[in-house]
Amino acid sequence: MSTTTSAFGTYGGRYVPETLIPALDELEQGWRDALADDSFHRELHELLTTYAGRPTPLTLSERFAPGKRIYLKREDLLHTGAHKLNNALGQVVLARRLGKHRIVAETGAGQHGVATATVCAKFGLECVVYMGEEDMRRQRPNVDRMGLLGAEVRPVDFGTKTLKEATSEAIRDWITNVETTHYLIGSCVGPAPYPELVAELQSVIGREAREQHLAAEGRLPEAVVACVGGGSNAIGTFHGFLDDADVRLVGVEAAGAASLGSGRTGVLHGARSSVLADEDGQIADAHSISAGLDYPGVGPEHAFLRDSKRATYVGATDEEALHALRDLARTEGIIPALEPAHALARARELDAELILVCVSGRGDKDLAEALVALERL
Amino acid sequence: MKKLVIYLMADPETPELARAAVEGGADIIELGFPFSDPLADGPVVRRAGERALARGMRTRECLAVLAQTHAVVPDTPIVPMTYASLLEAYGWERFEQDVQAAGGSSMIIVDLPVDERPELRRVQLVAPTSTDERIALAGAHTDGWLYLVTVTGTTGARGEVSSALPGLVERTRRLVSAPLYAGFGISTPEHARSVGALADGIVVGSRALQVAEEGPEALREYVASLRGALDS
Repeated sequence: MSTTTSAFGTYGGRYVPETLIPALDELEQGWRDALADDSFHRELHELLTTYAGRPTPLTLSERFAPGKRIYLKREDLLHTGAHKLNNALGQVVLARRLGKHRIVAETGAGQHGVATATVCAKFGLECVVYMGEEDMRRQRPNVDRMGLLGAEVRPVDFGTKTLKEATSEAIRDWITNVETTHYLIGSCVGPAPYPELVAELQSVIGREAREQHLAAEGRLPEAVVACVGGGSNAIGTFHGFLDDADVRLVGVEAAGAASLGSGRTGVLHGARSSVLADEDGQIADAHSISAGLDYPGVGPEHAFLRDSKRATYVGATDEEALHALRDLARTEGIIPALEPAHALARARELDAELILVCVSGRGDKDLAEALVALERL
Repeated sequence: MKKLVIYLMADPETPELARAAVEGGADIIELGFPFSDPLADGPVVRRAGERALARGMRTRECLAVLAQTHAVVPDTPIVPMTYASLLEAYGWERFEQDVQAAGGSSMIIVDLPVDERPELRRVQLVAPTSTDERIALAGAHTDGWLYLVTVTGTTGARGEVSSALPGLVERTRRLVSAPLYAGFGISTPEHARSVGALADGIVVGSRALQVAEEGPEALREYVASLRGALDS
């Protein structure tokens, strides 16, 4: 039988209730119109420059991995502390063009929730963020930030109480309020056109990083490394180097949430992709100390890049990430979030000397959790 | 006569509950195959699914319940309702074949809109947000009857019948010749009567699941109350 083919082979698609299809059609049309409209690009560029703080620097780490030249793409220095704002700003500009005045989002680590609450505050939009109770516990500072920014954080108290259930609840809210509401999804997952749309909005990371690396070294890195939960910072970084066949692209998953490394083809949250599921297609629980990687699915483009062998995907354990977090803090004076700490852990062991790593966010949100866990190591 | 569709979650008790529903006047049984992440479902169906999964109701067990239920009510069509992930894992064609072999009549895949795998024979759904073009497409592909989602929202009982329903029925009648059965948010005999006056049948899910927890006798009485309202 046939499967709808998309930009990502047989991955992707729109596996959602009929109620949402017209909204996805409207979103897709609005997105195409925006891409063709210079005023959209100008507005977004202005916001990214004067509000978000782009371009973010590229920092050479000199002590973290002796013998290697590891360049850090500093998304941790972006306003709100993570790459999530690139996507939130782009989608909120799009939502305003579509006439939506209410925004709903899911969040895991809380970084996407904070970015969404931030752009909603800036543009005066109603904002509801769904967050699992377990994530609210371990990412308390971000819950408080969202509250201060005027967003309503709705706890999700069933199932895994993490990002998977928060995403399902955000989609249920969208099904119910689709006529007034834009679903501001936080990663390159979900039904088409979201994976493509989010990748495009995050690809500013890779474009900048490629230029900055060329300026610093006069050549491209041997490898580009980024952490992968849903996969948005990785896809944004990889997009800058997809056509550079000699540059290795390495995605790093949490060992206990390796949707690409140990998953199977399945359908979750509207897309066909690689998911952690049992042999009956029931979605499995993911386990990671990092709330942002604690998700059993991944963007369909990553599944496509894995199968085509353009990118490789490896895992890092909680312990390896914690060590990398502490080591980067002590050698470079940069406290990364637990998510990019997974990428740093693999990058320093990679058989390459010139490496670019996306530091997708800063670690303030993780301090309480990370310090306790480091004590136990 | 208006058709009455009753939703039950696949469980070891299903054959007995289905018999009670048919005795109460159900014409069709919709049989839920539980999925861990049911996007279209409200809390009642979601919790019933969680309980069924905790009792080990995976695809093979659900197919066995389908066969047992078919043996108990052989003259009543039984329509499995589930999500795409189960078919992806089991094999799309194999799932279709095994449902037929177990006595199922068609199926409903709630997160598989008509443009994904249009060749898979199933009851299609349309919603108040559907365009005329999509309603016509769903009508052309649907298997037997068309499922009208009465609300913009998830499954679950509501106080009033959706105000979107009359317009949806009117639009769909112009475009589709198949019978139209309306579901989502229908729970009382009053709802059954008012929706039955518009559509060719009704689907009752969340409230039926709640009543089924009280046992077959309670379900028989509840279904009979809906039947009486539909026939009045």
